[in-house]
Amino acid sequence: MATSSHSGKSRYRTEKIIRITFFCISLASIATLALITIFLFMEGLPIFKEVSVKDFVFGQYWYPTDEPPDFGIFSLIVGSLSVTVVSSLISIPLGVLTALYLAETASAGIRQWVKPIVELMAALPSVVIGFFGMVLIAPFLQEVFGVATGLNLFNASLMLAFMSIPTICSISEDAIFSVPTELKEASLALGATHWETIARVILPASLSGITTAIILGMSRAIGETMVVLMVAGGAAIVPISLFDPVRPMPASIAAEMAEAPFRGDHYHALFATAVVLFLFTLLFNLAADYISHKYKQVGASTL
Amino acid sequence: MKLQTLLMSVIALTICFTANLVWAGKIVIKGSTTVLPIAQKVAEIYMKDNPDVKISISGGGSGNGIKALIDGSTDIADSSRFIKQKEVKLAVEKGSYPVPFAVAYDCIVPVVHPGNNIMNLTMAQLKDIYMGKIKNWKQIGGHDRPVVVISRDTSSGTYEVWYKKVMQKKRVFPRALLQASNGAIVQAIATNKNAIGYIGLGYMTGSVKALKVNNIEGSAETTLNGTYPISRPLYMFTPGWPKGDTLNFINFLVHPEKGQKYVSEAGYVPLY
Repeated sequence: MATSSHSGKSRYRTEKIIRITFFCISLASIATLALITIFLFMEGLPIFKEVSVKDFVFGQYWYPTDEPPDFGIFSLIVGSLSVTVVSSLISIPLGVLTALYLAETASAGIRQWVKPIVELMAALPSVVIGFFGMVLIAPFLQEVFGVATGLNLFNASLMLAFMSIPTICSISEDAIFSVPTELKEASLALGATHWETIARVILPASLSGITTAIILGMSRAIGETMVVLMVAGGAAIVPISLFDPVRPMPASIAAEMAEAPFRGDHYHALFATAVVLFLFTLLFNLAADYISHKYKQVGASTL
Repeated sequence: MKLQTLLMSVIALTICFTANLVWAGKIVIKGSTTVLPIAQKVAEIYMKDNPDVKISISGGGSGNGIKALIDGSTDIADSSRFIKQKEVKLAVEKGSYPVPFAVAYDCIVPVVHPGNNIMNLTMAQLKDIYMGKIKNWKQIGGHDRPVVVISRDTSSGTYEVWYKKVMQKKRVFPRALLQASNGAIVQAIATNKNAIGYIGLGYMTGSVKALKVNNIEGSAETTLNGTYPISRPLYMFTPGWPKGDTLNFINFLVHPEKGQKYVSEAGYVPLY
């Protein structure tokens, strides 16, 4: 009796220690994130003593080292959004359709091969993809399409699509694969063809998962730095053509941060650009979170 | 958190303490980011030869370097321009007379794809190209191709020279592409027949073609005799005539067979 109560107490204590340990570990990672965010705002906000928020966000010219300087990041924001949109136009169909194929029509043998390969694409370092775009795709675009420079919006979008396809495909595939079998069986039993089942039952049932996948893929594209630094061209203009060079926000930050005078206006302006970028990715992630909760498929009955 | 901070400060203190015990000399260098690669490279070699001397180097720009020199918070100020009369006055008021040492020359050459038939451009043509006024190579006697202008990120020292000497403080037009390093410019130009860019002389390779400026070829020789227009001397300033470790370091740096050897490695033109 005494021994059992003793062991009960000790088990309880172990439980408690483990619980506290895990709590501290998760707290540490959250604290790190919080500190980074605070730092970002602390270093970025002082620029608004020099320029108004409106002039910063909607200003046409980015000449941070001139006398007097111009800190307008409108063309940088448009650059970021344009590469994200164009790359999504490429990566969403490819990613989602690959996921459908893998989850629904591919034979087990093919699936076993293709899925790891697609996921391996995510492990390619971005500098390798950037180099590929710079050395192979850029001259190719110049030769074939006769464009003035191959370092442009289209090239960057193509490379970013490469990077977001694995994210989109892998998460979508999980969502599609987890659609309850009875839904599919019911649809087939009612006489629907395989295609009708995919289009009318499986896709709607996994829509929240697919949307989350797409948004996460897009947030990867908007935050990617190395690729856009290497292949987007870097002209701070609002693009009119698909083959115009652009300068997304991360490229500007990466190129200029190293030599911007510490705690100078240029330095603060770059941090403020990072704040804007942070707000964009935060928005994307909140949207993904909201959609995945709101349209969550719980069991077969909610469809 | 608190424990971590405490631990960190203990470690930092220990390092400082032992550093003071072990290293006799300490040289502080501040200033121009253009001179920074030279200072870094040479300091690395110097510290290897003289393990008892510790050299700490930071950037921040020529102005900040000279400000630190006036304050007395640095032993050497790197500068990509000569000191201004006002700064000399301030320094003298604080009790030190700044002594300049030319340590290297910066020479920037315009480069194009080897397939481009242009051999020479005037300063005015270069300026027009970078302001976006010349849009096609045929306007200046080249092939009928669009001009793709490649510039450097605005915080680089190379851009600064271009901005002052070629652009005469007029803005490079926004459509100009941006590359973040000399190497990236070479890479972008080697793969684009339409492109023009500019790089430090030390980064010239066979994959791009250097243009003459006002019919003068950019080289160590034309830089040193002052005929090549896109070049400038780089300086280090000391508060008063240098003594001890600082003097040894400057002597090492300007020695033709010691420091100056590494100047060209850092992409600049040596003094001799």
